[in-house]
Amino acid sequence: MSANTALAEKYRNNFLKEIEEQVEMGDWVKMCMQCGVCSGSCPTNFQSAWEHPPQELFMMIRAGKREEVLTSSSMWNCTSCYNCIVRCPRKLPITHIMHGIAEYAHRIGLAPKMQATRFFSGLFWKNCTHTGRVNELKLSMGLYFKDGFASGIKEGMKMKDVAIGLVLAKRLNPFELFGGHKCKDQKGIQAMLKKAYEIERSRKAAKMAG
Amino acid sequence: MADIKVAAYICKGCGLGERLDADALVKIAQKDGKVPMAKSHDFLCNADGVAMIKNDIANEGVTHIMIGACSRRAKTEAFFFPENAVARANLREGVIWIRPDTDEARETTQEMAEDYIRMGCAEVKAMTAPTGNTVTGSSKTLLVVGGGVTGMTTAIEASKTGYPVVLVEKTGALGGWAAKLYKRVPVHEPYKSPADTGVGELVSQVLGDSNIKVYLNATVAKTDGAPGRFIVDIATESGATHTEDIGAIVQASGFSLYDMNKLPELGGGKSANVVDQAGLEALAVAAAADDGVIRRPSDNQPVKSVVFVQCAGQRDPSGTHLAYCSGYCCNTSIKQAMYFKDANPSVDTTIIYTDLRTPGNGEDFYRSAQEKGVIFTKGKVAEVVPGGNTSTVKFHDLILDDQDAAMLDVDLVVLATGQVPNSGINIDAPAATEEEGAVEIKPISILNLTYRQGKDVPQLKQGFTDSHFICFPYETRRTGIYTAGPVRRPMDIAQAREDATGAALKSIQALENAELGRAAHPRSGDLSFPKVRLEGCTQCKRCTVECPFGAIDEDEKRFPVFNESRCRRCGTCMGACPVRVISFENYSVNTVGAQIKAVDIPDEFSEKPRILILACENDAYPALDMAGMGRNEYSAFVRIIPIRCLGSVNTIWITDALNAGYDGVMLMGCKSGDEYQCHFVKGSELGRVRMSKIDDTLKTLNLESERVRDLEVAITDIERVPEMINKYAAELVAVGPSPFKGF
Repeated sequence: MSANTALAEKYRNNFLKEIEEQVEMGDWVKMCMQCGVCSGSCPTNFQSAWEHPPQELFMMIRAGKREEVLTSSSMWNCTSCYNCIVRCPRKLPITHIMHGIAEYAHRIGLAPKMQATRFFSGLFWKNCTHTGRVNELKLSMGLYFKDGFASGIKEGMKMKDVAIGLVLAKRLNPFELFGGHKCKDQKGIQAMLKKAYEIERSRKAAKMAG
Repeated sequence: MADIKVAAYICKGCGLGERLDADALVKIAQKDGKVPMAKSHDFLCNADGVAMIKNDIANEGVTHIMIGACSRRAKTEAFFFPENAVARANLREGVIWIRPDTDEARETTQEMAEDYIRMGCAEVKAMTAPTGNTVTGSSKTLLVVGGGVTGMTTAIEASKTGYPVVLVEKTGALGGWAAKLYKRVPVHEPYKSPADTGVGELVSQVLGDSNIKVYLNATVAKTDGAPGRFIVDIATESGATHTEDIGAIVQASGFSLYDMNKLPELGGGKSANVVDQAGLEALAVAAAADDGVIRRPSDNQPVKSVVFVQCAGQRDPSGTHLAYCSGYCCNTSIKQAMYFKDANPSVDTTIIYTDLRTPGNGEDFYRSAQEKGVIFTKGKVAEVVPGGNTSTVKFHDLILDDQDAAMLDVDLVVLATGQVPNSGINIDAPAATEEEGAVEIKPISILNLTYRQGKDVPQLKQGFTDSHFICFPYETRRTGIYTAGPVRRPMDIAQAREDATGAALKSIQALENAELGRAAHPRSGDLSFPKVRLEGCTQCKRCTVECPFGAIDEDEKRFPVFNESRCRRCGTCMGACPVRVISFENYSVNTVGAQIKAVDIPDEFSEKPRILILACENDAYPALDMAGMGRNEYSAFVRIIPIRCLGSVNTIWITDALNAGYDGVMLMGCKSGDEYQCHFVKGSELGRVRMSKIDDTLKTLNLESERVRDLEVAITDIERVPEMINKYAAELVAVGPSPFKGF
């Protein structure tokens, strides 16, 4: 049984409770009074770019629309500008709740696979934990080639002039493609990360078990 | 009548001496005003000036006083001569403050002042000092009709103030609706949980008060008389009738819940598991007496899910159900949802609302309910489908715009149906026409007044009793009778208690004023009252029909019978009387008519038109005074006469003015209609109805309709009023001078 079906089974008919217990800051969702100030304040929701703005997500949670909420791309659009938190008359930590829902959807495997923010987050994490340093060349190339080789070339060519400029200004080293620079204590970094994973894993397991 | 001796005093203070020729004004008073004694004074309202007037009253036999100084609204303490007839010529706010201080304007400004002196002298001679109503009663007892929270609070508050109370309650117990509640919405910090109703304490306070006499199972069979001397028959269940002498009455007859059987689409009356808010209170009370678990009525199983439907039969634009919001039901539903959550947090409680309105500190209460896990869903309930022991609630989710949202397997549905006032008979309703098969349940009169205009107090909108919502919220259109609580407008317990306290104090004022023969507000303390010359009366009944306060009855020969203690001194009867036999000692067809005639009308070649303004003393006149205080200029050609109410304007004044050669007449009164601001409720409306027929008069005089202008003026129109005057003056120039000048 996957994590998703197990949790769906556990919280049958009570998605709000699921969010309250599983999502970081999820216990705030019930306090929303549907004024819509968050949706109106969100700079990335300009011209209704979000499929479901925060206020609507909260209402969907209360209405038990589990599938629609967790597979939505909406909360992934949040850039943590904190405008909504500042303005919320009920003092809901909306930014944190958005990230909380996104994280939960990712954790149980419902988040949209190729959603750009989610994809980039994974890429960034892998990139920087590999050597302890961010390899900017590999990172940006990884993002360009996300949807395949042809579109990667096309995206890359668009940025050609900027890339050449960066190379000439010595801000970008093409040889980074091969290995690249690293942290001194590779072993130490990996050991630290391993420990962190362990802690996280045990905490999440406890939470999932409820 | 004793001989009258008139004296005129012209003040030179406040810049009057510099701007006006006071000596000329004294001469005008003597020559045109025909006043034997006219003086000027440098500072009339100071101790020396007032002493001069008092000395003249004492030693020179002065009976009538004309003061040419500031507005009649200013310096009322200094110029207080209760034994004498007093007229005031408004030279300060009405003349020098609204005119520019220039050489060109000096002539017209002086003419304006001279006219006001002539008018003041003419007015005072037509007046006598009011002596006060002598048909008074001195009962200090307060009758409270209704033994709910409002009634009990009124009784307690009045008793605390030292006035005896008679409380009449229709049922066998005190407490009303509130006694049926399990708990009430909290009114103290921290506003988080339902609180004890406190009704038991109120009841014991009332029963333990020797100053309060309680009649249970009793109704008011007859109310006769007037403030200070009401005679009330109280019919009790046993058939006995008790008669009480009453000074003033507070009607606290409360409300009924809107009948949920009228809402079959919401399951009203179709299932035992669909209840109204009172129904849920009954379930909660029953549960509290048992194991604390609220059970669904159909099979007595514990309720696991409950849905509250807000605005059930309320805020209905179609006109089928209540058009208004009752204001308290959102808080009540929140409270009732907490009954479930506080007992067992796993019960699903959902409140479906369109706009959650939580007045007072309800916002904290709402937040507390959210913390407790009550789910709030913004939506409009389309249908409640009862089936077996559970129901389905179908609704339109307004946030997700989901037309087909539904709550399944709901154990209990609570409808928030709202308040309908128990206001007795609608005396203004047209006589009901007999419809085939329609069984009309006639409302039962609450007060059974013997008044000519009907058995109960008049209603305004939606059956709530009429009250001046801005200025006199408890005041009905029956002097000495006050309504408080939900009979006046929808409200909760906290608001009702506030209302009750206000009404208790207002009614005490009313009975005290009545004993002294004085008017209740807005003319509080006024001693004048309408006097009628019955030998001239044609029994046309206009005064008895039009009186906004039901003060005038009819005798068996259909002559009007004035009940002075019920009168509010607006003068609507005087304005209505076609034969002009009704007058006040200090305000009559003559006092105003004499002023109109006293104005000097220059001939048509002088290019000095004359515009008469009849301005309501409650709103328009203060606005004009304040325009003066702000130095807003207006035309020097207007002559303003304050009137008690637009309703007191007798059409003869208009006809006289136009005949005398005035170029135009402006009437300034308060807003009328459902959103009225008239201090006498119906006065400005009745006045306007009368004035709408003025066109016929204008036609017979062969005059243009622009010559009479009716304007709505509010007290805040300080800058608008001068603009209106100037605009009208300019319009009249285009119309041309009146053809009646010089006759």
